[in-house]
Amino acid sequence: MAVRKPPITTREYWAPGHAACAGCGCATALKLATKAFSEAMEEKYGDPNAFAIAQATGCMEVVSAVFPYTAWKVPWVHVAFENAAAAASGVEAAWKKLGRKGKILAIGGDGGTADIGLQALSGMLERRHNVVYLMYDNEAYMNTGIQRSSSTPYGAWTTTSPPGKYSIGEDKPKKWVALIAAAHQIPYVATASIGNPFDYVRKMKKAAKVDGPAFVQVHCTCPTGWKSPLEKGVEIARLAIETGVWPLFEIENGDFFNIKIQAPGGGAKVKREGGKIVAIEFKKPIEEYLKLQGRFKHLFKRPEAIDELREQIKAMWKVLGVDVYLPKPEE
Amino acid sequence: MPIRTVMKANEAAAWAAKLAKPKVIAAFPITPSTLIPEKISEFVANGELDAEFIKVESEHSAISACVGASAAGVRTFTATASQGLALMHEVLFIAAGMRLPIVIAVGNRSLSAPINIWNDWQDTISERDTGWLQFYAENNQEALDLILIAFKVAEDERVLLPAMVGFDAFILTHTVEPVEIPDQEVVDEFLGEYEPKHAYLDPARPITQGTLAFPAHYMEARYTVWEANENAKKVIDEAFAEFEKKFGRKYSKIEEYRTDDAEIIFVTMGSLAGTVKEYVDHLREKGIKAGAAKLTVYRPFPTEEVRELAKKAKVLALLEKNVTFSVGGALFQDFSRALINQKEKPILVDFILGLGGRDVTFKELDEVLEISKKALAGEEFDEVNWIGLRKEIL
Repeated sequence: MAVRKPPITTREYWAPGHAACAGCGCATALKLATKAFSEAMEEKYGDPNAFAIAQATGCMEVVSAVFPYTAWKVPWVHVAFENAAAAASGVEAAWKKLGRKGKILAIGGDGGTADIGLQALSGMLERRHNVVYLMYDNEAYMNTGIQRSSSTPYGAWTTTSPPGKYSIGEDKPKKWVALIAAAHQIPYVATASIGNPFDYVRKMKKAAKVDGPAFVQVHCTCPTGWKSPLEKGVEIARLAIETGVWPLFEIENGDFFNIKIQAPGGGAKVKREGGKIVAIEFKKPIEEYLKLQGRFKHLFKRPEAIDELREQIKAMWKVLGVDVYLPKPEE
Repeated sequence: MPIRTVMKANEAAAWAAKLAKPKVIAAFPITPSTLIPEKISEFVANGELDAEFIKVESEHSAISACVGASAAGVRTFTATASQGLALMHEVLFIAAGMRLPIVIAVGNRSLSAPINIWNDWQDTISERDTGWLQFYAENNQEALDLILIAFKVAEDERVLLPAMVGFDAFILTHTVEPVEIPDQEVVDEFLGEYEPKHAYLDPARPITQGTLAFPAHYMEARYTVWEANENAKKVIDEAFAEFEKKFGRKYSKIEEYRTDDAEIIFVTMGSLAGTVKEYVDHLREKGIKAGAAKLTVYRPFPTEEVRELAKKAKVLALLEKNVTFSVGGALFQDFSRALINQKEKPILVDFILGLGGRDVTFKELDEVLEISKKALAGEEFDEVNWIGLRKEIL
C-alpha cells in the first residue's frame, strides 16, 4: 500500500505543551516556520537542524520558554523586546567564526518589529546578516494585553484605541513593515498568512535558502485580542486574503517595479499584463472578514469608517502597483 | 619579547582586545572611545585580528549582538562610554543574568544634561547594580592589563559574569603614555580558549537560553549572580597573582600608598590616584601623615580589604567623580556599608569633585585636606563636600 508523503516534514521543533492561548494563530505560524526552515536547511546544507533562533520578548517567547520548561527543540535565545535582530546579528557572526553552516532565524511580533525593534531590524538588514527575520503579525501588543501597535489596522478596537464618542477605534492606517524591509534592497521580502499555509511554507523556505537577509511578515490570528472564535483562526486569516485586507506578495532585491503578487482566490478576478497582476476585482467584501471579529464590531454602526478602511486598503494595493475593486456587501 | 612603546588608553584597550582574540566584536562609536572601534577596524582590515566586527547602528544593538554572540559561545568584546553605556543599561542586566562573560572597555565620561564629553565616573557607577564586574585603570598600562584580567576573571567557571574596565575620558583615552604590549603567546597561555559549558547555540545539542522565570525561580537565579560576584573576589586575587607571575606587573583590589602610619588616607579610583599619590608625597615632605588608596576593583566591592584599610587611619577622605543626589558619592555609601558594624572605624568624609572634566589639582586637594583635618581634630565638618565649585557663577 502506498503511503503518501506528508506535505511538510513531521519533525517538530516547536513542541506541544507550550502555554499559548487556545486557537493561537501565531503558534501555528511558528510551528510551520520551523518546519519550513528545517526542510530548507536539509535541502541546502544536508542538515535539517542547521539553524538557531533569536527571539524578541512577546507572546510566543513567554509561552514557549518558562523555566524550567522549553518548547524549543532547536538552539534558542531570547534577550529583550527590541533587539531580536541585533541578537541574531551576534549569533550569526559567532556562527560565521565557528565555521558553522546554517542560518539564523530571528522572530518578533508586530510590536517588537514594527515599533520598538525597527531600528535594530534596519541595522541587521542593512549589514546583510545571513538571518531570516520572521515578523508574526497579530496586529497589536498581545503579550501585555492587547494594546495598539503601528501594525494595528484602522478601526480596530484595542485597549489603547477604544472606540467611543470621539473615537472609531484605531485611527491610523496600518504600517507595512514588509515595505520598509524591502527598501533595504535585501534579497527577499514576503508577506504570508496562516490562511494560506502552503504559500507561507514556500516563502519561508525561499527566505531560508537565500544568501543574506530575508524578511517575512506573516499574518496570524489572535482570538484573545481579536475577540474571534477559537476555531476560526485559519478561516479568518484566509478571509483577510480573499477580501484584499492582507495582500500576499514578494519583493526581491528591493525591486518595487517587479513585485510578485499572489492571486487572492475567493472568487476574485485577476487581471494580468505580461504575467504580472495589475488589477484585482475582489468578490468578497471586507465586511466578511470584519464581522467574524469582536475588535471590529463597533464599525458596523459606522459604515463610513469601513469605507475609510476600504480606501486605505486600496491605497496599499496601489503601492504594490495593483488597482483593486473592493465591493460593498450589498453589491 | 614584550614591546615597549607609547600609546593612548584607547589604543591600549584596542591592543588588549586584539591580544585577547575575541571572535565577535560589536561596537558603536562614541566620544571619547571612538578610537577603540577605529583601531579594531584597522586590526581586522589588516588581518591582524581574526574577528567578526559588527558595525552596529546603536550601543543598544552593540551589547545585544554581544549577548547573541556570547550566548553562541564565543569570546566577545565591545567598547563605549557615557550615553552609550546608559543606552545599554537594560541589556547589561540581561548579560549578567544570562552569565555571559562579555568585556566592555569604557572611557569614563559624564552623563547629559548638560551634554559634556569629559571625564567623570557617572556612567559606570550608574551601572553598579547590573551584576557586572568593574575595574578602574589608573593609567594606560593598567587599561591594557585590566582588560586581559577582566577576560580571565569573567570567563572563569566560578564567575561567568560580564566585566567592564573604566579609564578616564581624555585624561587617559587621548593621552599618550608608555605602554608595554605583552607577548601574544603569554597572553594565550594566560587566557586560554573560551569553551563555555553553559552557553552555546549548537544544533547538535539544542539548549534554550534567556527564559522567563516565575516567582518560584527568579530569586534563585538572581542569587546565583550574587554568588558569582562573591566568588569573583577570590578569582580576581588568583588572576592578579598569575598575571604578576606571567607579566611582572602587580595588581591588587586596593592599592595602598604610604598608608602605614597615615592619619588621613585619600581613597579614590582611576587616573586621579596618580595625582593623589603625588599629593601624598608633597604632604609627607611637610610632615603631614597622609596616605593614598586606589580601588582597582569596585565590583565585586572589596569589603574585606576596605575593612583592613580602615584600621590604618583616623580619617578616610573619599574622592569621587560621581553623585547620588541627596546622598553623596557611591564610594561613600559603599564604605559606610562596609564599616557601619565594625567596632573601630575611621571618620568618613565624602568629596565630590572633577565632574564633567573639571581638573583636580593640588589646589582642590588642599581643600580636601582642610576639611579632612577638621574631621581629624574633632571639629564640625560636612559629610559631603562639593570641591572646586565656582560659587561666583552659581
